[in-house]
Amino acid sequence: MQDFGDAFGLAFALVLARDGDLMEIIGLSLRVSLCAMLVSSAIALPFGALVAISRFSGRGAVIVLMNALMGLPPVVVGLLVYLLLSNAGPLGSLGLLYTPSAMIIAQSILITPIIAALARQVIEDLHVEYAEQFRSLCVPVRTAIGALLWDARYSLLTVALAGFGRAIAEVGAVIIVGGNINHLTRVMTTAIALETSKGDLALALALGMVLLAIALVVNAGVMALRSTATRVAYA
Amino acid sequence: MLSASHPLHATAGTGQARERTKAGGGAMEALLPGEVHDLSLEVQGKRLIDGVNLRITGGQITVVMGPNGAGKSLLLRLLHGLIAPTTGDISWAGRQLTEAVRSRQAMVFQRPVLLRRSVAANVDFVLKLRGIGSAERRDGILEHARLSESANQPARLLSGGEQQRLALARALAMEPGVLFLDEPTASLDPASTLLIEEMVRTAHGRGTKIIFVTHDIGQARRLADEVVFLHRGQVQEHTSAEEFFAAPNSDAARDYLAGRILL
Repeated sequence: MQDFGDAFGLAFALVLARDGDLMEIIGLSLRVSLCAMLVSSAIALPFGALVAISRFSGRGAVIVLMNALMGLPPVVVGLLVYLLLSNAGPLGSLGLLYTPSAMIIAQSILITPIIAALARQVIEDLHVEYAEQFRSLCVPVRTAIGALLWDARYSLLTVALAGFGRAIAEVGAVIIVGGNINHLTRVMTTAIALETSKGDLALALALGMVLLAIALVVNAGVMALRSTATRVAYA
Repeated sequence: MLSASHPLHATAGTGQARERTKAGGGAMEALLPGEVHDLSLEVQGKRLIDGVNLRITGGQITVVMGPNGAGKSLLLRLLHGLIAPTTGDISWAGRQLTEAVRSRQAMVFQRPVLLRRSVAANVDFVLKLRGIGSAERRDGILEHARLSESANQPARLLSGGEQQRLALARALAMEPGVLFLDEPTASLDPASTLLIEEMVRTAHGRGTKIIFVTHDIGQARRLADEVVFLHRGQVQEHTSAEEFFAAPNSDAARDYLAGRILL
């Protein structure tokens, strides 16, 4: 209990003092995870929508695979990206290992199946409602996907947020491909892991609380947006 | 009815619309007659549409009537190509029901399916789809549907009658040669029903072939030029409205018009 009390006090103190190192870590965490979320959303949302409205043999297997990949172990993803980006790997010449870009790649791979699988479900539910009307209007597949993505945008924002939450909270992948290098690739989770290993549990907990606070603020913002949208009947 | 100065006429192909009406329907001529031969639909061993033969010609409002479960909505979906028949053929002006043919038809469903957007954006979607979008055109369509004041409202906040008028306006925005309406007024009050009927008559006057499903006998009397009466998936009668209401030939139609329950 003493640790928790200290942690709360320290967390407030760190935030109020706007500690430079902490701000840098928070900034990098947000930058990496937001970039990963954007990259993944750009790939996963259209893919999820395509799977949602298409009928082809093997569709069930694709859906099962998408759902299964939601549980990708971050350490395995980190290891695969490490192998790809290491000097001996096929993308070694890009020199991305131990950079924020590598962390973005790893997090994107990790959360793309999550966003795709959840988006597929959201779009499929909406498509059930629109399908007959779209068939009647002879809406081309591309237009249908665009319309479904647009009309489900508030639900899909929650989906993207789920990806963001997974990305910003994971440590296994980013520590392998980022290396937790101070002032370069240190993010909240890797800093927490480091402080824990050093035995500074209060600081580790304080960082954890800051991380939690960020997640709460982002979620509250999206929730407010969604409830406004629901109120005006767009969601 | 639309006046000559109505925005719908003033904006989109004014001359074409008038020519169409004079000639008995340009778009209509291109799609009609519709021919249905031995049409059947079987689902899980149950025959829901049973050997239907029909010839659908222009010039009249065709009302499809029958008790619940007669197959009215299924027949409409088959005619529009939303579902495939088990056996039989459907052709429009001698052409199979291809995407090109279907794109010149439109359908209004019993429960309006509106996009989660504003009223104006719902119309814009269809106009853009047809490559004929313009604000002036959209405004004319909304005015025709008496929805101008709600243009920027979310479509889902409209009343049931307004939603159905929007769905109908959106369908008419496609300038269809054939318009299918599947009990569009089933859950509407009399005032909203009359507004829908007025829009349907206007569309008919502009040359669109109307095929209207209803089980409301009063509505059928108001709208129908000819009646197709269905019972148990079979066409029992296909005759002029006058003859149908004056002297129905089949027992099922007589019982239906007399208000007796048909099983």
